[in-house]
Amino acid sequence: MARVSGSTDAAAGTALVTGASRGIGAAVAHALAAEGRPVAVNYRTDREGADAVVAAIGEAGGSARAFGADVSDAAAVDAMFTEVEAWAGPVLVLVNNAGKRADELFPSMSLAQFDEVLDLNLRGPYLCIHRALMPMIRARHGRIVNVSSVGAARCLPGQANYAASKAGLEALTRTVAIETARRGVTVNAIVPGFVATELTRDVGEAFHAAVPARRAGTAEEVAACVRFLASDAAAYVTGTTLVVDGGLSAALLPVHRLA
Amino acid sequence: MSEATMDQVEARVVDALESFGAERSDISRDATFEALDIDSIDLVELAQLVKDEFGVEIQGRDLADVKTVGDALDIIEARMGAA
Repeated sequence: MARVSGSTDAAAGTALVTGASRGIGAAVAHALAAEGRPVAVNYRTDREGADAVVAAIGEAGGSARAFGADVSDAAAVDAMFTEVEAWAGPVLVLVNNAGKRADELFPSMSLAQFDEVLDLNLRGPYLCIHRALMPMIRARHGRIVNVSSVGAARCLPGQANYAASKAGLEALTRTVAIETARRGVTVNAIVPGFVATELTRDVGEAFHAAVPARRAGTAEEVAACVRFLASDAAAYVTGTTLVVDGGLSAALLPVHRLA
Repeated sequence: MSEATMDQVEARVVDALESFGAERSDISRDATFEALDIDSIDLVELAQLVKDEFGVEIQGRDLADVKTVGDALDIIEARMGAA
């Protein structure tokens, strides 16, 4: 028997977006706030960026507040959730977006480089989901969207830590999804390809030729998909990945060499 | 919270199991969670509820191996006595 809440208010509950001071996270915060949902804008160091996102959401008629926390720190995550709940009620939409790269060819990759990426990209989502899940289960409603990467399945040299973290995040996504599906909680991963953000600044336009769409994606294009997964319309979508990559991972070879 | 009687806790547990989807008429001390279609995540939620509402220090894993409603109530009662 399904244990799903009869309440399906599209804007029910607070949204928390980690790493929302810029890039995809900021775009997601804007998209969720546009639905009338209060949005907690998490940041680790970029207070100024987070404040700018909050101000822009406010100017657009939405409700948002910045919350500083390192999501790889268990105590900081717990404190942040407690503050968010006091501000606007239970977090029923969680977007685990905070992430980083620390590329290094594997023979040279230090354990510290491995750990720093895994701590933010995988331990962070563990901590946030763990803190958010029981209130979602008890509300019989929840939406968790984990921001993965095409790098989880198709790799580039120097990204063993990043690829492992994102592949782990997708496996975590599927597992939590099947544990909570009958309770109205959905857990999905969004899989961006090359998106023009600070994280991919060093990749450069040379890679665009490998993308069938022949351009980088925008943070807003990714945010639109997150918004769908957070919506009531996506109530039956769980444990899956939504790839947003302009066809990159569908192609066997760069398409300009074939046609 | 420590004044709660076992009867009150048992009534709350029955209400919770019903809210999880079990038929009230099927709930008894001898009823198995399998027969009631109560799964392990439900038991984690039940443990959290008992902890929140009655102050009984109990974790989801404490109920991981129980088979019947009576087994769960016995564990809760033992924890209440220990408090």
